[in-house]
Amino acid sequence: MSFDDAELLREFVVESQEHLCDVENQLLTLESQGDSMDVGLVNKVFRAVHSIKGAAGFMGLETLGGLAHRSEEVLNKLRNKELRPTSVVINTLLKAADQLKALLDQIENSNEMDVTPHLVALQSIMAGEETATSSTVAVEPTNENARYEIGISSETLREFLIESFDNLEQAERDLLALERHPGADDLLNSVFRSIHTIKGSAGFLGYLKAEKLTHAAESVLGSIRSGNFPFDESVGERMLKTIDAIRRILHSIESEGHEGTDVTDELAIQMEDFLQEKLSEMPAKGTQKCRPTQKSASSQKATVAAVTPSDEPLEPVQAQRSQTDSEVSTTSVKPTPAHLNTSKIETAQAPEEAPKAPTPTRASPASAASASSTTESSASDSTIRVDVALLDKLMTRVGELVLARNQILQFNSTINEPALHSATQRLNLITTELQEGVMKTRMQPIGTVWSKFPRLVRDLATICEKEVRIEMEGKETELDKTIIEAIKDPLTHLVRNTVDHGIERPEVRTQNGKPTEGCLTLRAYHEGGQVNIEICDDGAGLNVGRIKAKAVEKGLMTHEQVARMADRDVGNLIFLPGFSTAEKVSNVSGRGVGMDVVKTNIEKIGGTVDLQSKAGLGTTIKIKIPLTLAIIPALIITSDSDRYAIPQVNLMELVRLEGEESRTSIEWIQGAPVYRLRGRLLPLVYLRNELGIPTDDASKNDIVNIVVLRADDRQFGLVVDAINDSEEIVVKPLSKQLKNVSIYSGTTIMGDGRVALILDVMGIAQSAHVVTGTKERAVSDSNERTTANNSNMQTLLVLGVGPNRRFALPIAQVTRLEKIAINKVERADHQEVVQYRGEILPLIRLSDTLGVESANHPEGFMDVVVYSEEGRSVGLVVDQIVDIVKTELTSTRPTRRAGLTQSAVINGHVTDLLDLPAVIRMVDPTFFQSTLNA
Amino acid sequence: MIASTQLCTFLLDGHLFGVDAQTVQEVIRYQEMTRVPMAPPAVRGLINLRGQIVTAIDLRTRLGMKPRENGKRPMNVVVRSDDGAVSLLVDQIGDVIEVDAENFESPPDTLQGPSRELVQGAYKLNGRLLLLLNCAEAVQLVTE
Repeated sequence: MSFDDAELLREFVVESQEHLCDVENQLLTLESQGDSMDVGLVNKVFRAVHSIKGAAGFMGLETLGGLAHRSEEVLNKLRNKELRPTSVVINTLLKAADQLKALLDQIENSNEMDVTPHLVALQSIMAGEETATSSTVAVEPTNENARYEIGISSETLREFLIESFDNLEQAERDLLALERHPGADDLLNSVFRSIHTIKGSAGFLGYLKAEKLTHAAESVLGSIRSGNFPFDESVGERMLKTIDAIRRILHSIESEGHEGTDVTDELAIQMEDFLQEKLSEMPAKGTQKCRPTQKSASSQKATVAAVTPSDEPLEPVQAQRSQTDSEVSTTSVKPTPAHLNTSKIETAQAPEEAPKAPTPTRASPASAASASSTTESSASDSTIRVDVALLDKLMTRVGELVLARNQILQFNSTINEPALHSATQRLNLITTELQEGVMKTRMQPIGTVWSKFPRLVRDLATICEKEVRIEMEGKETELDKTIIEAIKDPLTHLVRNTVDHGIERPEVRTQNGKPTEGCLTLRAYHEGGQVNIEICDDGAGLNVGRIKAKAVEKGLMTHEQVARMADRDVGNLIFLPGFSTAEKVSNVSGRGVGMDVVKTNIEKIGGTVDLQSKAGLGTTIKIKIPLTLAIIPALIITSDSDRYAIPQVNLMELVRLEGEESRTSIEWIQGAPVYRLRGRLLPLVYLRNELGIPTDDASKNDIVNIVVLRADDRQFGLVVDAINDSEEIVVKPLSKQLKNVSIYSGTTIMGDGRVALILDVMGIAQSAHVVTGTKERAVSDSNERTTANNSNMQTLLVLGVGPNRRFALPIAQVTRLEKIAINKVERADHQEVVQYRGEILPLIRLSDTLGVESANHPEGFMDVVVYSEEGRSVGLVVDQIVDIVKTELTSTRPTRRAGLTQSAVINGHVTDLLDLPAVIRMVDPTFFQSTLNA
Repeated sequence: MIASTQLCTFLLDGHLFGVDAQTVQEVIRYQEMTRVPMAPPAVRGLINLRGQIVTAIDLRTRLGMKPRENGKRPMNVVVRSDDGAVSLLVDQIGDVIEVDAENFESPPDTLQGPSRELVQGAYKLNGRLLLLLNCAEAVQLVTE
């Protein structure tokens, strides 16, 4: 090389790299501006390339200089308007810029590098535009060059795929919205832009089929945009078909590396014919506007370029700018993990909801940059795409940090060292915040799943000959990525079912006085650390009679059982395996598999499904799911001095039997232990048996700990050695060697650093045969609920006062149950009071008020039932809280005593039912008055 | 096969075994572990290795040898597998030995039992045989 000054060279490289950085964005802007491009901007690019060329020549970097020179020539033509900034031209320039960058990176060897393909590509653009005004010629050679070229880097390909999938989805959404509002120009433009972007990249990468198809689609759209014919259903149909075909091609590129043979050029030709057909329907305009299309008839090649974007009248830049401005201001872009082809970041408003909504912006830097103008770069600067694997790794590390923190906290409590305390405190705080932050990065809006539904509903409705509108509320509700993945299929199934079964045909709807168009509403919102998802329709509702008949017919239930069932419970019958009421099996749904799978899948991730239906008015399916799976609350129990974790979602209640009770209250039915839990037989499973640990005689003495669990609608009691505590645990998967052991679902690390196994409640239930005789137990359970719903059934809190008096009151009247230390009781205004939650709680001793003998409180605590009314509370002091029972009140006898309503027999005891308001009035006649006055 | 390989060696019931040193992540002394009831017998427990949960497989059980005498604590040879790290419990750790392919011989057909699948062959050292363990196979457990 002809230079010695290394310093100078380095400066040149840095400076040139800076130039090129700007060039890229400027070129993209030029492309989006089309014919109305900003000449000033072209000049900027020109100058940048020119200075690179100059310096390169000075330093003897011939290859670099040569390439810069050729690029400069093309730019010069662009500047003089001899060339239009079509995607082909811009892409070639961008590629050349990339190559310039590569040369700069290896500046010492730059003269030996081969840049011929780029030179040829640039040359052919020049030549192409010189020999023919049509850009046709330009397209073909570039494609060939693209394929000659070093090969497409996997990074470029990946970006192309991600971007194109995004664009397709966008186009699809816009098309669906467009069907609703055929006149909306902004939607049409948005579809056009999406398709155009794909076309440009596909053409550049040499994917001819994709290019041809997108081109054909673009031609049709262009024609509509020019007002040659209106957008109608047939156009929408064809467009969607084309989008599907392009998607298939992209999938093929993704998996096979080439476009595949699945999609033929047939579709593109059909599209052309369709365009001709449409145009001939409107001859007046057609002849005038569609010169390029006439060319297309003559040669196949010409079709490729029949209507290039530059042939289209573009809306003024000003309008486009202002639109983009509003986009940026109305959409907030959140950093959300993005993932190849499955996760798209959307901040879009539903086009259905807002017909005039601005074009949705996606936070992908690539698509945002190429989608429209410069203003968007600010949005793309604030987000990046991150590999999900990286986030997962980060999550694991944070999980470990949480565990380490827990260990230190434990350690900290044993050492009296103020400096350590404050450092630990800080560590604690930072860890918690970090954990929350990392969890947030894995959150995705539920809209990512929902975005597929408008299309699904549209297609299904067409097949079923129905009219269905889909509405979405709470699209932005966020869920952990793993959960998003897990609910995708169940939700799709439910939506499918709703369209097929839920919503009636238009003629039926008209008969019933409803609008012909049915409405399917998806709603998502956060509630109490969980996410609720509702799928509502305004369809026919469930046919209770038919479901009952079907249940009997399928042998799932007896006549007597269904006769006793409440309508509400009938709805949930459809979640039983093997249930389907569809009179005929359609190819959409009705095969009787599905709803039970939906339920199982939702339950697998710790969620619940509930169905409510009103005949003639519609059905609502409510799904509750946790926000995340990575960190869950769990109950820690001990068996044979080993700790195990039980996920809190499965937990119903804890029962502890002591002394005499522990020996007598477990009964046996032929070797199967049961416990009467509020009158119902609860099958017991000994954890030791399930773990194959020999029963320890010493532990079998006085105390029995029963963890009441729910598995698939059935309850069972798991007998464990000891119940420790509930904790938030970080779930880690089982190793491959343990995957087949069904009684565990995962592992976790406890605060002391030891590993604990997480029990799989479903697996234990299965291995203990709790859930084998599938149907009849489930049904008898729902029977139980049915009886519980009967009007005579009441849930009562049973209280003990004195040695043997029992009182009861409806649980609905109870706000809280408290244990209050006797020494906390103070006196005010001749009344006993305690300080309770920052207020003064007056106490009423039930024994004194009703004149009943009271037992002493040797433990120093008394049980208090708190009753609240309009912000005022009163505490009812009782000797003992006996039980909560669900019972039908039989053998009652009215009483005349003040404060009581009647006497009844509850669990074998004569029990007086309290008239709580009357009791309160006896002590404080003003209690209710003052609430009225207040 | 490459002419010479480095093997990480260890003792099991008096036999000298070796695994490719490349697959060994680390060797650590006995760790407290959590047993896994109902797991395949060779799984001795789970170890918390700096936040990573590692399954410990007792090679004695795996190879059908008699159990270790009471009170003798095994060592952990942590190896990398397709499914993350797995710890192999061995009696004692030996040296890292460089072996030549020319000294290698396949196991005789008379070798039967679980060792048949897990011992790939033997290197004939001076006065001693070094058995090459098929690590990938050893960490595969079929649950009954």
